[in-house]
Amino acid sequence: MRYGGFSTLLYKEVLRFWKVGSQTVGAPVLTALLYLLIFSHVLEGHVKVHGVIYTAFLIPGLVMMSVLQNAFANSSSSLIQSKVTGNIVFVLLPPISYLEFFAAYVLASVVRGLVVGTGVLFATFWFAPLTFAEPWWILVFALMGGAILGSLGVIAGIWADKFDQLAAFQNFLIMPLTFLSGVFYSINSLPPFWQQVSHWNPVFYMIDGFRHGFFGVSDASPWLSLAVVGTCLAVLTTLTLNLLKRGYKLRA
Amino acid sequence: MSAAIRIQQVSKRFGNVQALDGIDLEVQRGEFFGLLGPNGAGKTTLISALAGLVRADAGNLSVMGHDVQSDYRAARRLLGVVPQELVFDPFFTVRESLKIQSGYFGMGDNDRWIDEILENLGLTSKANANMRMLSGGMKRRVLVAQALVHRPPVIVLDEPTAGVDVELRQTLWHFIRRLNEAGHTIVLTTHYLEEAENLCTRIAMLKAGRVVALDTTANLLRRFSVHSLRLRTDGVMPEELTRQGAENGGWWSLPFDGFDEVEPLLAKIRAAGCSLKDLEIGKPDLEEVFVRVMQGQSQGQLN
Ligand SMILES: Nc1ncnc2c1ncn2[C@@H]1O[C@H](COP(=O)(O)OP(=O)(O)OP(=O)(O)O)[C@@H](O)[C@H]1O
Ligand SMILES: [Mg+2]
Repeated sequence: MRYGGFSTLLYKEVLRFWKVGSQTVGAPVLTALLYLLIFSHVLEGHVKVHGVIYTAFLIPGLVMMSVLQNAFANSSSSLIQSKVTGNIVFVLLPPISYLEFFAAYVLASVVRGLVVGTGVLFATFWFAPLTFAEPWWILVFALMGGAILGSLGVIAGIWADKFDQLAAFQNFLIMPLTFLSGVFYSINSLPPFWQQVSHWNPVFYMIDGFRHGFFGVSDASPWLSLAVVGTCLAVLTTLTLNLLKRGYKLRA
Repeated sequence: MSAAIRIQQVSKRFGNVQALDGIDLEVQRGEFFGLLGPNGAGKTTLISALAGLVRADAGNLSVMGHDVQSDYRAARRLLGVVPQELVFDPFFTVRESLKIQSGYFGMGDNDRWIDEILENLGLTSKANANMRMLSGGMKRRVLVAQALVHRPPVIVLDEPTAGVDVELRQTLWHFIRRLNEAGHTIVLTTHYLEEAENLCTRIAMLKAGRVVALDTTANLLRRFSVHSLRLRTDGVMPEELTRQGAENGGWWSLPFDGFDEVEPLLAKIRAAGCSLKDLEIGKPDLEEVFVRVMQGQSQGQLN
């Protein structure tokens, strides 16, 4: 264990989810595996996307969806629990700056996202031939997507006063955004209207760019995706830092 | 040398509650200071403002010369706070909690000090128990330990003995006294006034967000409370005495300032032909001071 406000907080946040790993890592891996079994069973042989068989196409989508959802879950649930139980004071009393606070929670979210994502990848890659055409895109989008959702989790965890408010945030914002982002299909197969809608969903670019890293082909150019995702990250980081600096709902 | 704690004109409002209303207070280094007041007086709010958990609407607070806002890193490193609420992190063991807290303050290898705190608070046997498994009193001990883990020179305890058994009180006060003797400044809030009377050398009383009394414990006792002779007799008390005293359930209470007044008082009773059935000496106590102060008697008004 290294010492200092940031590194200790990061360590504590990672230890926190690791201690309940069956719930925070095992469960989402199993869920993703079930999605794969069901969808590939139904659609395999009927659909090919970008010349790739459906199951292979689906795997990166599931991996990235797991990264994103778990990154969000990590910071948001840790913060709301700390607020509701009151033990958030342990983090507020020490000389930890708002920058360190932000970096530790977001990075721990990224770690959780990557651990779950890797777990999903290992659980699913047996089912279809997978390539790693441009692997750096895989890493870039996983890291940035995890950071964006980790940051959103910080906002949601700080904003929500009760667990059901956090659940609403998750059910009405995070779930629709991740499900309607081309995890299960290429948006080119959608009617034009829904294609337009999807282009306004930033999660679409995260998944699309991530998938590009595997197959070297995608719905949008990976550079466009990078620009969109990078802008999102910058905006959310600024917003979250601003809330933390003001002590919004943390320091009355 | 800057004061351990300096609070200047601090105000804080929550909605339409004026929790703090222009508080001025200074605690010197090495003091054992009591912060008293009824529920809702603003004690916790004041401590929270000092710890940076609450932002004051106006005024300045500093810990050993370091402003709690502009120089919060230094201020927080110098301050250890035991919160009033019994909070804990259910994910960790006692030792993990202390190591993590220690790391937040940038303390390197701190195991020896952690062991010492555990020992002094009677927690050694629980070191590897999960926080969830501890009884309320044990959790309270861990809360104290967490506040001390970075060896803060200024320690603030917000009702550390609420709902705590006799044994922990004694261990706790023994330990805190030792820290005070070693030079740590201690600020304590409690509703057990006897505790404050025994421990604190100086006391501030808060009421509705204002300081309504501030003096050494000895002075407060002298000013607001007196010795009294409490007695029961079978005869009729002389009028001279009934005028200065008060009767309650057959007991007469006769105030006096110095012990040389006791014998003449008794002589007068004897001269009136009364024989004593019961006699005790009531000592000044902080409870009486507290009640009088809260009833609005300001210093010096006591007759
Ligand atoms: N976060 C808050 N939001 C709204 N009102 C608050 C908040 N914190 C404190 N108050 C109000 O401020 C006043 C002072 O509360 P505080 O907790 O400081 O009192 P206290 O002296 O510590 O009381 P106690 O002895 O009961 O602990 C109370 O009226 C309380 O209701
Ligand atoms: Mg209080």
